[in-house]
Amino acid sequence: MSSVARDTPAGTDARTGDARSGSPGTLTVIGALLRKELLVELRTLESIPGMSLFAVSTLVVFHFALQRSTVDGDLAAGVLWVTLLFAAMLGLNRLFVADAEQGGFDGFLLAPVDRTAMLLAKALTLLAYLLVLEIVAVPAFALLLLGPPLGPTLPGLLAILALADVGLALIGTLIAALAVQTRARDLLGPLLALPLLVPIVIAGARASAPLLSAGHAGALSARWLAVLALYDLVFGLIAYAVFDFLLED
Amino acid sequence: MIELEGLVRCYGEREALSDVSLSLPQGQTLVVFGPNGAGKTTLLRVLATLLRPHAGAVTVLEHRLPEESWQVRGRVGLLGHDPLLYRELTARENLRYHARLHDVGDARVEDLIQAVAIADRADEPLRTLSRGMIQRVAIARATLHDPQLLLLDEPYANLDPSAIDLVAPLIGAQTGCTRVVTSHDPTGGLAQADLVVGLRAGRAVLVKPAGEIEPREIAELYR
Amino acid sequence: MNASSRHPAGSTEIDHRPPGDGERASRPSVPGLRTLSILTVAAMGIALCLVFFYAPIELEEGLLQKIFYLHVPLAIVSLCGFVLGGIMAIAHLRTRDRSWDLRSYVTIHMSLIFGVGVLLTGSIWARGSWGHWWVWSEPTLVSYLIVFLLYATYQPLRFAIEDPERQARYASVFAIVAGAFVPLNFLAVRLSTSYLHPRVLGSASNLPGSMRFTFLVSLVAIALLFATLCSYELTAKRTRMLLRSRSRILGYQ
Repeated sequence: MSSVARDTPAGTDARTGDARSGSPGTLTVIGALLRKELLVELRTLESIPGMSLFAVSTLVVFHFALQRSTVDGDLAAGVLWVTLLFAAMLGLNRLFVADAEQGGFDGFLLAPVDRTAMLLAKALTLLAYLLVLEIVAVPAFALLLLGPPLGPTLPGLLAILALADVGLALIGTLIAALAVQTRARDLLGPLLALPLLVPIVIAGARASAPLLSAGHAGALSARWLAVLALYDLVFGLIAYAVFDFLLED
Repeated sequence: MIELEGLVRCYGEREALSDVSLSLPQGQTLVVFGPNGAGKTTLLRVLATLLRPHAGAVTVLEHRLPEESWQVRGRVGLLGHDPLLYRELTARENLRYHARLHDVGDARVEDLIQAVAIADRADEPLRTLSRGMIQRVAIARATLHDPQLLLLDEPYANLDPSAIDLVAPLIGAQTGCTRVVTSHDPTGGLAQADLVVGLRAGRAVLVKPAGEIEPREIAELYR
Repeated sequence: MNASSRHPAGSTEIDHRPPGDGERASRPSVPGLRTLSILTVAAMGIALCLVFFYAPIELEEGLLQKIFYLHVPLAIVSLCGFVLGGIMAIAHLRTRDRSWDLRSYVTIHMSLIFGVGVLLTGSIWARGSWGHWWVWSEPTLVSYLIVFLLYATYQPLRFAIEDPERQARYASVFAIVAGAFVPLNFLAVRLSTSYLHPRVLGSASNLPGSMRFTFLVSLVAIALLFATLCSYELTAKRTRMLLRSRSRILGYQ
């Protein structure tokens, strides 16, 4: 893939004689994009409150659907991961909407910057949304439905969530970029993403079930963390390779 | 400065631009006429490197597109129908965002805010501004990075006469920039043109220096 | 469409016509297709004979076990088809030659159709062996379901994008991501399944000689069937495209 002209400046800008503008470094660009994302989100509050509220509502629905007041072990892991996954879908749907509707893609494409910066910036944004979501959803889960106390196993759970979030963010960004320029974007996004995210759910649920069990029967399994890390690595590389093709025309 | 030879850009099986050839020297103004759907916007977007040519040779600022698109980006300013600005952000935030993407300092942003006379509304969300004011901010965005080539798609569309005078130093002929401007006004457009191109259904039916064209020929295009 | 006749060289040219010379393609590879079809029919005939007359009847499952000779080759061929579709998509993005996208589309489409067969035969086998129409304990079947659900979104994705060039590009991106997903998914599901039930599907390597031979012949037959059907579909699509572009030039549209 690297032998295709990637439409990016090979290194620093080779132009001379133009003191005012040049080709900004990728970190600068990511910073500018992140700042813009943060500002838009703070002004519109479209994603974060929605995702968090949805997660809490889902937990309540689970209480009624399962007809239980507490869950533990496998069931607890299942409830947690389904809740997080579906709330993540909401975030995925909103991720590129402002850019698609307000000419954000063109504005970015006209700039002399490495286009992969958008992948990184958007993935970091979605990652941030997921982290905030979990700050709300995990305590809510512990409060509303979880039987065993969360305290002792929290670090392990956080490690699992962190690795899973990276994968969610990468695939979520890639699929969101794919779906936003199609006709049925709100439907197509989750439809494409859910099968792709099944390995994360498998690994996440399997790894967290022992941590959420009464009596703390289990320890943190290295095997599932390795699966998550492998998933993140593989899809990170693939996303990096193909993302440019989604932006250009 | 701009050399087009047999440019083709398709949309599916339809040719949005079909065998367009022209040559525009540096510092001159090309005015593009044509009815809606003739391909004016497509032409501008190809020159802006947003669309790849499907066939033909395109050279902009001495670089071939699409192979050397990244060399051209950053030296071209596009003003389209879409202001390319975020409605929830203020004018200042929008311009600073674009400035960072083009490695331009904040001082230049302030200069432009003054130049397009929106200093008193620069910190309000863009959605509270009128169309004319948004257009002025868009002009500021398009010229922020001191482009060598200006691509202007009906630049004066939402502006009143005083605003047009205001932005003339930025996007008018007096900038000395090479410019490509689309227009629906035969007399006004002709007045600022060095070269004229008339598009109809993607074909360049008219390519002449401005001195050799009469307004009635342009009106023919819209028949 | 006279774009390509004007500037034949370069990667900026799109390919609306079938690849290769327009005149030669007016009779698209019919002899090759005929040979392939004959070979396929022959191979399938031989495979059927072997399955019913040569391979022994399995002790535990009886006659039902013979569906294994259909189910597993279908699964292997379609999974290879999915991955192949991803590789063709890479070729499409690298060369910008739309004929690679057409090949990728046909391959994935055919694999999906074969996939329906995989799930149906798998379900029948599960019903016969364990009494349920679906079992979660067979990791390859479960992985296959997930892959199937993923690729089932391929066509909705394509039809949701109007611009043909963008449609081809986005479909290729999806095919690449999905192609990479296939092995990763199998790994994850395999790791997650508890081995309560004996894994009959995965035991292809432990087969006695006669069964293994029958299996291999079946595999070859199904692979030939796949190649033939894909060739037919490719030819049909190219002919249709050629017809459309010719009639467009003549002004019928």
